[in-house]
Amino acid sequence: MSDSGQQHPLSIYYWIWGLLFVISAFSYAVDYYQLQGTLRWTLILIFMFLKAGFITAIFMHMTWERLALQLAILLPPVFLMVFIGIMAIEADYTFLTRIEFFTESDFVPVYHHDSGAGH
Amino acid sequence: MSETSIAETQEPLQEGMAGVVSDFSSDKQSFHVHWGKAMMWIFLLSDTFIFSSFLIGYMTVRMSAQDPWPLTSEVFALSMGGEPIPLLLIAIMTFILITSSGTMAMAVNMGYRKEKKKTFYLMLATAILGASFVGMQVFEWSKLILDEGVRPWANPMGASQFGAAFFMITGFHGMHVTGGVIYLLVVAFRVKNGFYERRGNDYSIVEIAGLYWHFVDLVWVFIFAFFYLW
Repeated sequence: MSDSGQQHPLSIYYWIWGLLFVISAFSYAVDYYQLQGTLRWTLILIFMFLKAGFITAIFMHMTWERLALQLAILLPPVFLMVFIGIMAIEADYTFLTRIEFFTESDFVPVYHHDSGAGH
Repeated sequence: MSETSIAETQEPLQEGMAGVVSDFSSDKQSFHVHWGKAMMWIFLLSDTFIFSSFLIGYMTVRMSAQDPWPLTSEVFALSMGGEPIPLLLIAIMTFILITSSGTMAMAVNMGYRKEKKKTFYLMLATAILGASFVGMQVFEWSKLILDEGVRPWANPMGASQFGAAFFMITGFHGMHVTGGVIYLLVVAFRVKNGFYERRGNDYSIVEIAGLYWHFVDLVWVFIFAFFYLW
């Protein structure tokens, strides 16, 4: 194992290097031309995953690793999707709670004391 | 080490899912790579979760903020000849980090070709690019703190959670870059003075340091997309 390491032709690095520049320019263009709405975040996500994919697959040599290592490293982050989902629900809840209680208004809450509760 | 190599030449490694099963059930070693590489990958996996926690925390405070989120495109604009160009500095920082990733990939390749001099200079270039990235970040921070009055608890532009998320995320990333620059310099000078040559002429360490450096670039891709562009 000692130094049989990853040995690949230089051309593939040049290609990916150039590609990363082009994709970065594209994602900068998304902001420069002030694209908004669904188009904006779809493009941001596409360019982001393309760049992340090329860096991991080629520069970090993940494509050429054995399946055992690929799975051990790439599967655990999938659980982050669950985390993102849970926190998105939580954030929505916090936001609605703030709207409900922290919004300035003339409304004065009336507290109803349940007289029948503790007899 | 020699023992495993002999065992491997006798029994070729299986491919596909059968390979996964045999790798994980093997006696001594699951991952058939340099031990340092396996450890670096596991460290990077844990780091992935740290940065993800920060970014998810940022998502949570941004989604739940009642005040409008500051417009990053304007906050991070840089004036060039009187015209503000949106996110100019951040774009330059992005390109610098990609360039450094390229020089690092070259260094790894040259390391395995035992080209000591080229490996050293490419790693040195990577470290210098990384240091200039940190320098620009210092400029960005001081501009934000001194000129625009952004604090972790408040800022004049909008939701007060902006500062906390910004300083935490970019600060932690900047620390990683700084650590990476030091790490690269140590390895680069050891390559130069023949440290690895004397130890079995094994340049795997260059690839391992490279993994860390590419990871720093990878994290920046996500910060750029979620914090600056979103």
